[in-house]
Amino acid sequence: MAWTRDQMCERAALELEDGFYVNLGIGMPTLVANYIPDDMDVTFQSENGMLGMGAFPLDNEVDADLINAGKQTITELPESVYFDSATSFAMIRGGHIDLSILGALQVAQNGDLANWMIPGKMVKGMGGAMDLVAGVRRVVVLMDHNAKDGSPKLLKQCDLPLTGAGVVDTVITDLGLFEIKGGQLYLAELAPDTTLDEVRERTEAEFIQ
Amino acid sequence: MSDSKKVYPDAKSALDGLLSDGMTILAGGFGLCGIPEHMILAIRESGVQNLTVASNNCGIDDFGLGLLLQTKQIKKMISSYVGENKLFEEQFLNGELELEFNPQGTLAERCRAGGAGIPAFFTKTGVGTVIADGKETREFDGQTYLMERALTGDLAIVTAWKGDTLGNLVFRKTARNFNAPMATAGKTCVVEVEHLVEVGDIEPDQIHLPGIYVDRIFEGHNFEKRIERRTIREA
Repeated sequence: MAWTRDQMCERAALELEDGFYVNLGIGMPTLVANYIPDDMDVTFQSENGMLGMGAFPLDNEVDADLINAGKQTITELPESVYFDSATSFAMIRGGHIDLSILGALQVAQNGDLANWMIPGKMVKGMGGAMDLVAGVRRVVVLMDHNAKDGSPKLLKQCDLPLTGAGVVDTVITDLGLFEIKGGQLYLAELAPDTTLDEVRERTEAEFIQ
Repeated sequence: MSDSKKVYPDAKSALDGLLSDGMTILAGGFGLCGIPEHMILAIRESGVQNLTVASNNCGIDDFGLGLLLQTKQIKKMISSYVGENKLFEEQFLNGELELEFNPQGTLAERCRAGGAGIPAFFTKTGVGTVIADGKETREFDGQTYLMERALTGDLAIVTAWKGDTLGNLVFRKTARNFNAPMATAGKTCVVEVEHLVEVGDIEPDQIHLPGIYVDRIFEGHNFEKRIERRTIREA
């Protein structure tokens, strides 16, 4: 069996380090927060203007003035800080956030990322994704190895509009973990009971083992 | 309180004489959090047309800036994310509505720069993407950056939690978002607050936005503060 979604999140959590400031994307990346060891201090940034994001509120704690970047209600922690959007993206653009974990539609072997737009469908917008991938020190993509129709998502070249060029450092899929260094893709870990042949078959990108 | 020339009784009077067809409005808020809901209603009632509105999002179908889509008062949006709005999609696909996507941080910085007298800035955000089309790029220290122009508006409409009669503002939690940078980038800035207080009631060290940026202020009543995604955990 390859990695389940939970195991992918668990593996992604190993990329965090004590003292890190981290921004998690909407969807599966958000779940990575559940796998942080108790003895590790990690501060989560929400790009709408908060450091130190807390859990979802209890029913009687809901506050319309306190939401995350996915517009969900959240809570604050003793260490929380609020700031405006320009300040928030100054810390992102300025390289002060250690790590970002995001989902993707496609990743190319040179680190190009496409995750904001499918031409011909209604375009929703990039939100803060372009700023995050350009500014955060290390970008980890967490995605299914193949699309729902089975087509590969790790490609020689993205054919969807890019979110950033050459911005991805690590890709975690259900089949394994890949690193991108010097414009080349390396398979660094295979998921349990997954063969190299299976990865080759389900990947368009060229990778070095 | 009425001795300050900046204080108005309500949204309608605070916007009196400031609205004109074809103008550009900067609207604070992220999603439905920290939006100037009273002024959006007053703009709707004014019937002003052909607006260009810069706002991170465009509300939802029946609240926030979505209300100005219903009445087709918006000609163009400058936003980073508009995925919450069916009416938006409809008008955009019909060609009734123009849309300029800005990455969220670029939008915020364009406003900050606009308010700070900086005509343009260079950023890595969007290099190698469609956002870079037609824009100047330049190398600094071996890295490619994109030139983005500052953004200013004829009018900034923003919300704060507390403000004094001179317009010194305190925001609350994540409702600060675009309200602070946009307040600085409007030729005129009008603020609605939940609590209007006397000068001196806010400690000078605790003011988030100095009143120099604020031209008019009023206290809004019965803020609806609708929540887009009420997400709770079990006790």
